[in-house]
Amino acid sequence: MTAPETDKTGIKIGMWLFLYTEIMLFGGLFILYAVYYAKYTTDFISAGKELDTTFGAANTVILLFSSFLVAASITALRKRTTGLSIALVLGAVACGLAFLVNKYFEWGHKIGLGIYPNSPNLVEGEPGRNIFFGLYYTITALHGLHIIIGLTLLIIAAIMIRKGRTTADNDSLLDNSGLYWHLVDLVWIFVFPLFYLIL
Amino acid sequence: MTTSFFNTPSNPAHHGIRSWLLTTDHKRIGLLYLFAVMFWFLLAILLGLLIRTELMFKGETLFGPDTYNALFTLHGVIMIFLFIIPAIPAIFGNFILPIQIGAKDVFFPRLNLLSWYLYMAGGLMAIVALFGNGPPDTGWTFYVPFSVSTKTNVSYAATAAFILGFSSMLTGMNFITTIHRMRSRRMKWLQIPLFTWSLYATAWVQLLATPIISITLILVILERFLQTGLFDPAKGGDPILYQHLFWMYSHPAVYIMILPGMGVISEIIPVFSRKSIFGYKAIVFSSLAIAVAGSLVWAHHMYTSGMSDTAVFVFSLLTFVVAIPSAIKVFSWVATMYKGSIHISPPLIYSMCFIYLFSVGGLTGLILGAAGTNIHVHDTHFVVAHFHYVMFGGTAFAFFAGLHYWWPKIFGRMYNFKRAFVAAGMITAGFIFHFTPMFIVGMQGMPRRYYDYLPKFEQGNFLAGFGAYVLVAGIFYMVFNLLASLKNGALAESNPWKGVTLEWTIPSPPPLHNFLDEPDPPDYPYDFSRFVSQKKILNEAD
Repeated sequence: MTAPETDKTGIKIGMWLFLYTEIMLFGGLFILYAVYYAKYTTDFISAGKELDTTFGAANTVILLFSSFLVAASITALRKRTTGLSIALVLGAVACGLAFLVNKYFEWGHKIGLGIYPNSPNLVEGEPGRNIFFGLYYTITALHGLHIIIGLTLLIIAAIMIRKGRTTADNDSLLDNSGLYWHLVDLVWIFVFPLFYLIL
Repeated sequence: MTTSFFNTPSNPAHHGIRSWLLTTDHKRIGLLYLFAVMFWFLLAILLGLLIRTELMFKGETLFGPDTYNALFTLHGVIMIFLFIIPAIPAIFGNFILPIQIGAKDVFFPRLNLLSWYLYMAGGLMAIVALFGNGPPDTGWTFYVPFSVSTKTNVSYAATAAFILGFSSMLTGMNFITTIHRMRSRRMKWLQIPLFTWSLYATAWVQLLATPIISITLILVILERFLQTGLFDPAKGGDPILYQHLFWMYSHPAVYIMILPGMGVISEIIPVFSRKSIFGYKAIVFSSLAIAVAGSLVWAHHMYTSGMSDTAVFVFSLLTFVVAIPSAIKVFSWVATMYKGSIHISPPLIYSMCFIYLFSVGGLTGLILGAAGTNIHVHDTHFVVAHFHYVMFGGTAFAFFAGLHYWWPKIFGRMYNFKRAFVAAGMITAGFIFHFTPMFIVGMQGMPRRYYDYLPKFEQGNFLAGFGAYVLVAGIFYMVFNLLASLKNGALAESNPWKGVTLEWTIPSPPPLHNFLDEPDPPDYPYDFSRFVSQKKILNEAD
């Protein structure tokens, strides 16, 4: 028997299992995307052009950079440079907030144009376009929710490092929050091309 | 007795009710589940009894169609999400799994408690759904477009199912990690008892399938509030896609329900046959095969929904494939009993009834899985009879068997055998009277989910209602007998059945950290040679 409190491998296995469930959760939505893309290919392509690639690309860069900061913070913690580690985590948090602000303006712009769920603009137009934006709002909303959860985890990790509860020898909290953040990033890596790029 | 976990809270500072509500002891959490699950089970039984009473006579006897729709929905939702899915994994899995692998608790004890609170929150949400606009009337499947357009509390019920799914996922994650990381060092993979193996296979299905129902339920709730139209044909959506997503979880979910039951039976049959289990490896790998193949057959619920013929063919074929590992287990159990020194006891009686009823359920499942015959009996009472044969005749009987098998270990008391046999007889006879007529009226064309029917179905429905009363009386008698043992039952020894898995090497009820000494798992979990040589095999517990 291994004592669970100190079994870092076990804690990580648990976290990975949880991440599988997240992948399946988003997988359900990607299945919808795949089926509807096959059904409404031309509508999807023309609707995709309405999204602003600059917004999407900026958010991609922001998230990738934040993932780098989180990874670096774990290394910093293991090298016992606690202050640097906290600064890096907070940098990642700032990136996450920037992502949300960006998303707010992007959504606001679209809603201003009359494109939102069940809006006359969508319902009276091509059915494929309605489905495209329905999926766009559902997936980005769920992803945004995950960003908020991830930010909460990172902030808790930063507080725990500051309090000396998360240390180089006991880094599971930061390590697992980092894994979660990478997942949020990874999901976006699929969302970005599917909605902004390939269409 | 002072060492029993009943007297030693996991946190010594807690007393009374706090020592239960804040416990991280897997055994106490198992018992918390036991009481909550039994409450919902007995409630849903009574709802079912109301449904069958209404159907006993033609025309409106007790209530009209709206109440009927609400009742069968509640019966289904409660039985599936609050009883069958959590019953065996959350109760016996929590209590027995860590002991069987020589661990002192699960890997994430606090997460385990959180799962219980999520379960209770889901139950509470289900109660909330009863008020306001009234209970949902969609059936437990929440099919669109009706679930989006109906005025009843579908959103609350869907939220309840979502929370319960979360609880189930966390339990699965906990079990997988526990089995990987906390097994006794001396226990290799092919030395793990079969009950734990079955929970391992189940946990993977829980983990990988449950998120699909979560996202599907989220989509239904979003549709109700925002009318995005993802499943609305008028707005470009496809309602069939909802059915695909729903069954992508809900068919694997029937294996979440039955696999742990099969694990229970695999423990009980060898112990009371005093014979090594036939085909240990075959049972292990068939559990894993069921977990894999069972995830690929979901669309056999949708033959009449308008899929392509190719899809119908493929899913029909896969459905036949998944019958093979189930049959492997049935043959292994029967072969285990062959030439064994069988000792008839309540757990074994329930297990043997399980084998018979589950086989009938499995074979009628092939009738439904064959695309041609399915068209004739689709959405009739034949389907109702079939899934009750596997879910009730299968999982619930395995649950009863497990309850009688591990009761002395959990509570340290023996129950009255004679009453247990009578209750088992009533439950089995009532069950057969109850569900067999449904096969017949279903074949004759009686659809499911209607509160009334044509005159020619009255005889069958009356018989089914009669059986229902015998069945329910038997269940309450069984529960009464078990509860009575807490007061009058003889004290149970540590190994009343002469089992050889690790839970029988420790006191009944177990001490806080399960093992007084370092656990010593047997090289092979079903070697009864040291008991077979003894003359006196079992003490009657009366």
